Amino acid sequence: MKNIFKSAVAILAVLIAFYSCNNSSKSNGKSGALASNVAERVYVAPGEHDEFYAFISGGFSGQLSVYGLPSGRLFKVIPVFSQDAEKAYGYNEETKPMLNTSHGFVPWDDSHHPDISQTNGVIDGRWVFINGNNTPRIAKIDLTTFETTEIIEIPNSAGNHSSSFVTENTEYVVAGTRFSIPIPQKDMPIKDYKGNFKGSLTFISVEPEKGHMDIKFQLIMPGFDYDLAHPGRGVSHGWFFFSTYNSEEASTLMEVNASQNDKDFIAAVNWKIIEEYVNNGGGTIMPTNYAHNIYDESTHSATTTMKKEVLTVNPLDVPGAVYFLPTPKSPHGCDVDPSGEYIVGNGKLSANLTIHSFTKMLDAIKNKKFAGDAYGIPILNFEDVLAGSVEQPGLGPLHTEFDGKGNAYTTFFISSEVVKWKLGTWEVLDRQPCFYSVGHLMIPGGNSQKPFGKYVVAMNKITKDRYLPTGPEVTQSAQLYDISGDKMELLLDFPTVGEPHYAAGCPADLIKPRSKKIFNLEDNKHPYAVKNEADTRVVRNGKTVHIYMTTIRSHFSPDNIEGIKVGDKVYFHITNLEQDYDVPHGVSMIGANTSELLIMPGQTETFLWEPKQVGVWPFYCTDFCSALHQEMQGYVRVSAENANTPLKWSLGEDIE
Amino acid sequence: MNTTLKLMSILFATILISCGGKDDKKKEGFSYEKKAPTETTVQTKTENIPASKRVDLKTKGVGPITSVNLNSEIDQEMVVHGEDVFKKMCTACHRADKKFIGPAPNGILERRSPEWVMNMILNPEEMVQKDQLAKDLLIEFNGSPMANQSLSQEDARAILEYFRTLK
Repeated sequence: MKNIFKSAVAILAVLIAFYSCNNSSKSNGKSGALASNVAERVYVAPGEHDEFYAFISGGFSGQLSVYGLPSGRLFKVIPVFSQDAEKAYGYNEETKPMLNTSHGFVPWDDSHHPDISQTNGVIDGRWVFINGNNTPRIAKIDLTTFETTEIIEIPNSAGNHSSSFVTENTEYVVAGTRFSIPIPQKDMPIKDYKGNFKGSLTFISVEPEKGHMDIKFQLIMPGFDYDLAHPGRGVSHGWFFFSTYNSEEASTLMEVNASQNDKDFIAAVNWKIIEEYVNNGGGTIMPTNYAHNIYDESTHSATTTMKKEVLTVNPLDVPGAVYFLPTPKSPHGCDVDPSGEYIVGNGKLSANLTIHSFTKMLDAIKNKKFAGDAYGIPILNFEDVLAGSVEQPGLGPLHTEFDGKGNAYTTFFISSEVVKWKLGTWEVLDRQPCFYSVGHLMIPGGNSQKPFGKYVVAMNKITKDRYLPTGPEVTQSAQLYDISGDKMELLLDFPTVGEPHYAAGCPADLIKPRSKKIFNLEDNKHPYAVKNEADTRVVRNGKTVHIYMTTIRSHFSPDNIEGIKVGDKVYFHITNLEQDYDVPHGVSMIGANTSELLIMPGQTETFLWEPKQVGVWPFYCTDFCSALHQEMQGYVRVSAENANTPLKWSLGEDIE
Repeated sequence: MNTTLKLMSILFATILISCGGKDDKKKEGFSYEKKAPTETTVQTKTENIPASKRVDLKTKGVGPITSVNLNSEIDQEMVVHGEDVFKKMCTACHRADKKFIGPAPNGILERRSPEWVMNMILNPEEMVQKDQLAKDLLIEFNGSPMANQSLSQEDARAILEYFRTLK
C-alpha cells in the first residue's frame, strides 16, 4: 500500500515535470522567441521614452488624456471642455472665456473624437482637434504646448457627434450633428419632426499657419441622425462620408422606431464642389449666434467673439454635391481605408460589414444610376456601389481602423472582440477578445494614408472585474494589442480617464522635438505682466485692486500687502519670472472662491479674491518648487470697509 | 602638553583666517573663536570662511565657458545691455550692492574668475553639483538654488561686463 502510494507520487512528479516542460516549449514554439515575454514588450525602462503618443479622449470628463505607448503610462490630462482646478483652466481669468458659448459659460462637455492634423494625407503632429458633443463645439489643442488654444461653437447643431475629423491637408475640420433640430431653432411641436427638422454638416476651415478655425459653410441636410464621419483620402480626397441612422425621422422610442428601415445611408459629400460654389458667392447667410474663443499664447489669455451669422448651403442648390449610399441597419462607424478606395460602413444591427467602393460610386454617379431620392438627394443602388462584405464576422460592429498593410480591424461591441480582416478578399484573418464591450479602436495614424501598424488600442466601455474594485463606479480601460505579426496579441490593459471614447496616435518623434519647455518672458504680452521685481506693485481703482506680483524660487514679490478692505475685488496677476524647464509655481489664497493657479515659467495668470473678513490672511505656493518651497508664502492684511489703512506692499524690507 | 596643542591650533587658525578672509567682519571672527578651541580642526576652519567671501581666481567652474578675455577698457555698450538683462532676469534674487536671496555681485571679479561667473549664470544645475564653491554657496544661502534663466552666452557676457563696474 505504502509502495503504491510512493510510486503514484513518483509517476505524478514525472508527469508534472513533463507537462510543464511540454507546456513551456509549446508556448515558445507557438509565439516565437520574441513573443516569449509579453511584459518586456510593454516595459519602458525608467527614464526612457515611449515610442508613440496616444491622445485618448476623456468622454464624459470632457478632457483629452495623453498616454505613452506601449507602456500605457498617463502623462497629462489636457483640459478642453471642462474646468480643471489643478491647472486653473476655466477658473483663472485668462481661460474662463474658453468655456463661453451662446448659452453662457458652460463648465463641462462630452469629448469624443480626437483627430491629429495632416499634411498630404500624413499625420503632421501640429494640432489635435476634438469635439464637444453636448453643447456643440470643436476644440483645437496645440501640440507644442499641449494646451487648448481655440474652441469654436457650432450653431444649428445638437449632439455634435460626427466630428471632429480632418481632411488630408487639414483644409477642414468637419462637424456633423447627431440630433436633427429645427433650423433655425423655433417653438414647434415635437411630433412635427418629420420633414421639418434638419441636420447640419459643418465645414470649418483651418488657417494653415496658426490653425485658426472659421466656419466656411454649413450643409443643411434632411433630418436624419448623422453618426460618424471620415474624410476621403488619396483617390477620394475632396469627398467626405457621413453615416446616418434614423432615416425614419422618428423622435420617440428611438431604439425601436429608428431601427425600422432595412438600410440607412452613408452620405457622400463632395466638399470641393461646395467649396467652389461658396467661393463663387453661393449659399445663404443665416442670422445665428455662436461663440468663438481663442487663446493667445503671447498674452496668455483667451478672448470670446460672438459671431452673428453663418453661411448655409442647401445641397439641392449644388448639383453633384451629395449622394446617399444605402448601408444596412443603422451604420455607426464610417471608415475610409488608407488608399481612399474603400468606405466601410458598420451596420450596428447588421450581421455583415458593408464595404463601398469609391470607384464604383463615381461610375454609378456618372451613369446616373439612381434608385430614387431622399428629399431630392439622389440615392445610389446598394449593389452598384458595393465592393464587398465581410460575412458574419461578429455581433454589433462599430469601428474600423487600418494597418497600412492591407488589413482592417473592426470592433464588435456585443461579441466584445477585435476582428482582423483583409481588404479586397473580405476574409476574416484573426479575432481577439476585448474585456469588455469595446467601442472605438485606434492604430497610430489609422485615419490617414500612412498608418503605423504596430499596435492597436481597443477602448472598452466596461471593465467589471479587470481591476481592483473601487465601489460601484469602476474605471474604464484601454487594451493594447501587438498587430505586427499575423496574429494579434493582447499585451496590456490600462485604466483611463473618463470614458476612453476614441483616440488618435502618432510616433513620439513627430511631437517631442517641438514640445515647448518655457514661455519666453520677453514675449509675454499679458496686460498685467511684470517682468522684474522692481515693477511689482499694488494699484487701487475704487473697490478694484490689481496686484502685480512675481514669483521666483522661492518668494513672491511683494509678499506683504496692507490696505486691502472687505468688499474689494482683488485681482492677483502673477508672473512666473523663472526661465528654466519644469519650474512652475502655484499660488492659492485662503478663502478665495476659485482654484489655485499653476503658472508656467514666463507666464502670467490671474485669480480673483473677494475678501469677506477682516484679518491677516496668508497665501502660499502650491507647487513644490525648491528646497525652500515651504518658505514661499505671504500675507495680506484686510481692514474694515471704512478703515484708513494705507495701501502698502513690500518684500524683505527687514532683510540684512 | 594638551594646552600647548590647543594654543598652537588657535594661533594657526587665526593666521589662516586673517590670511584668507582679509577684511572679515569682527562678528564672524568672534563666532569662530568661540567654537574653534575645542571642536574643529585646522582643515575645516579654512572651509568655514563663507564661500561668498572666499577668494579663488583660478577655478573656472563647470560649463560652456572655458576662457574669457577681459579688455582693460570696459565696454560701455555691453555694460548698458548687461545691466538691462541683469535688471530683468536677476534682480528677483540678486541686488547689485547687498546680499538678498543670493549674494551681491559687487566686487565679484576680485573673488572669482570671469569664467566661473559666466558658468554659474549659464550652467547653475551642474555647478552646484560639481563645483565646490557653488556647492558651498548653495548651502550658505539656505539651499536657495541659483535659477537657470536660460540666458544666451552673449547676455551672460554682457552681465559680466556690467559686474566689472560694480565695486
